[in-house]
Amino acid sequence: MLLSDLPKGIAAVVDGVHDAHATDPIARRLRDLGFVDGEPVRVVATGPMGGDPVLIQIGYTRFALRKAEAARVMVRTEQAA
Amino acid sequence: MSASTLRIALVGNPNCGKTALFNQLTGGRQKVANYAGVTVERKEGRFTAPSGRVLQILDLPGTYSLDATSPDEQITRDVCAGDFPGEAPPDLIVCVADATNLRLHLRFVLEVKQLGRPVVLALNMMDTARQRGIRIDVAELQRRLGVPVVETVAVKRDGARELIARVDGEVPVVAPVAAEDAASHADLHAQVRELLAATVSMPRATAEIDDALDRWALHPVFGLLILAVVMFLVFQAVYFVGKPITDAIGDGFGWMGEQVSAWMPAGPLQSLVNDGLFGGLGTVLGFLPEILVLFLFIIVLEESGYLPRAAFLLDRLMLSVGLTGRSFIPLLSSFACAIPGIMGTRSITDPRDRLATILIAPLMTCSARLPVYALLIGAFIPARRVLGVFNLPGLVLFALYLAGILGAMLVGWVMKHIRRDKSEHALMMELPSYRLPKLRDVAIGLYERGMIFIKRLTGVILGLTVLMWFLSTFPGPPEGATQPAIEYSFAGYIGRALQYVFAPIGFNWQISLALIPAFAARETAVAALATVYLVGGDGGGLGEALAGQISLASALSLLVWFAYAPQCMSTLAIIKRETDSWRNVAISFGYMFVMAYAASFIVYQVARMLS
Repeated sequence: MLLSDLPKGIAAVVDGVHDAHATDPIARRLRDLGFVDGEPVRVVATGPMGGDPVLIQIGYTRFALRKAEAARVMVRTEQAA
Repeated sequence: MSASTLRIALVGNPNCGKTALFNQLTGGRQKVANYAGVTVERKEGRFTAPSGRVLQILDLPGTYSLDATSPDEQITRDVCAGDFPGEAPPDLIVCVADATNLRLHLRFVLEVKQLGRPVVLALNMMDTARQRGIRIDVAELQRRLGVPVVETVAVKRDGARELIARVDGEVPVVAPVAAEDAASHADLHAQVRELLAATVSMPRATAEIDDALDRWALHPVFGLLILAVVMFLVFQAVYFVGKPITDAIGDGFGWMGEQVSAWMPAGPLQSLVNDGLFGGLGTVLGFLPEILVLFLFIIVLEESGYLPRAAFLLDRLMLSVGLTGRSFIPLLSSFACAIPGIMGTRSITDPRDRLATILIAPLMTCSARLPVYALLIGAFIPARRVLGVFNLPGLVLFALYLAGILGAMLVGWVMKHIRRDKSEHALMMELPSYRLPKLRDVAIGLYERGMIFIKRLTGVILGLTVLMWFLSTFPGPPEGATQPAIEYSFAGYIGRALQYVFAPIGFNWQISLALIPAFAARETAVAALATVYLVGGDGGGLGEALAGQISLASALSLLVWFAYAPQCMSTLAIIKRETDSWRNVAISFGYMFVMAYAASFIVYQVARMLS
């Protein structure tokens, strides 16, 4: 599933980041920030308007991502794995 | 070796405490400028080490990666690599990492190491790390990384001692960069995991206090409520602390002008000193208290970690008009004055978002518009009740504020659709740990902002003020003149010429004339109108005089003009200074002129038809 669809509070693991287009700088930066295969993630909060942006806990850091950014990250939940 | 200068570059992720460490090392001995050819801030400081060696420290912009995506990140990359024209390559790179956030920060350390320059790693915020029960095997980390590792606490006195001792010693020898070291994203992350597993024990991924605070601060209802309260307090402070000091400064310079001119023979020189010089200084320095009060709050909100939370709450809303959550605070500051608002856009990392915010900031209803609004509303809008509860003048004032906001949203929306660069610009914003702001960091930040305003703007604004004085003073009135002197001056001629331009929006030549000094500072329009309508003071007499000589349609048109007009040359000067581009000044002036003219035209023509 996509990180943008992950419900709040559910533990998941990153599967990978896909580029929205060729040489996608946003996807590249997401990988730099630690969105790489096997990294645990969790949605800790969502924005007050339409649940956008989402706040992601990854490693020891929290990043606010817009839904379009979070939709680049593929995740799998523990149960599914 | 002892007398030589060592060039040190400080690098690190955003929120690693790098600037606090820089302040700790250099104290007030900092030079703030821009990098050649770009509007990225360059901060350099000097520090004499115990050995007598001078350390020249460059605080490079924070970045998550050397794979740069913005101009400030490119500077960090190029300076570190020794590729930036006009900057000598650093002798030593001090890489600062937050000891509580090593999963993220160590990856950047590995990237910097690959540059093949001497590197020292400063593990910052070691005190917080210990409090949270985080244990780091520094010796093992140093062995595995192959670079010297020191512990620092940037916010404590003497917290950089170990770092100073290390950089004052021998420059570390660089291990040659092995071919397999030039690793990909995944490899660097794998190395970080390996390092963490071997050297760091972390009882909990986040600080409990952060989780607790964020449950409230980011709550969809309470979060917005807290934000509203914070903003309310900021504005109360601006009006209750900043405004009286601003008025006192204006009055003080007025008094000084009178004292000095009492010693001078009457004539143009006396007028220049009194009205031009002291009047101008009063206007320029009068901005300072409000700027400082606003910046005090902006810096405290930024240092405490609250600013990105506010941006998180409002990002969706701001994005719908082509901005970002980070635009909110600068735009809100612009309700007091656009100058600190525009200076505050430095916290917007994306250059396109920053420019968009700068361009619409002057549409927010700043405090200088209020005297004009008060005068015209008082003179023309009857104090009637509407629907039993609202009073009409209050509604008109509210409508003017709303007009500014709606105008800004419209401009934001239009810019979003006409700009050529339609690429997606990311939010990807870290919400750092909450921190208590340190007095020194706040003080240095305030001092820098204040000095930027005084040093870079006072001259420009003062020059323009004197020019305005010249235009409204010369040529002097002929013998036996019956009208106020300003009517015979260049400003009088320009006012009469301008009335042909402004007649379709209902401005007579007196109003057109008053627009000239209003360009220096909006509120002076009131005094100018008082002068041309031959009434003393700016009290009730002027209101009655205006009501007798200007139609309601013209007054409404003038109100709308003030909501949108490209006014206050100080704002234009700060746009030039912050964007380093006359083109942006021309765009601001141009679009606001067109917008003000169109809106006033519609209001005037409709009001005339209805009356």
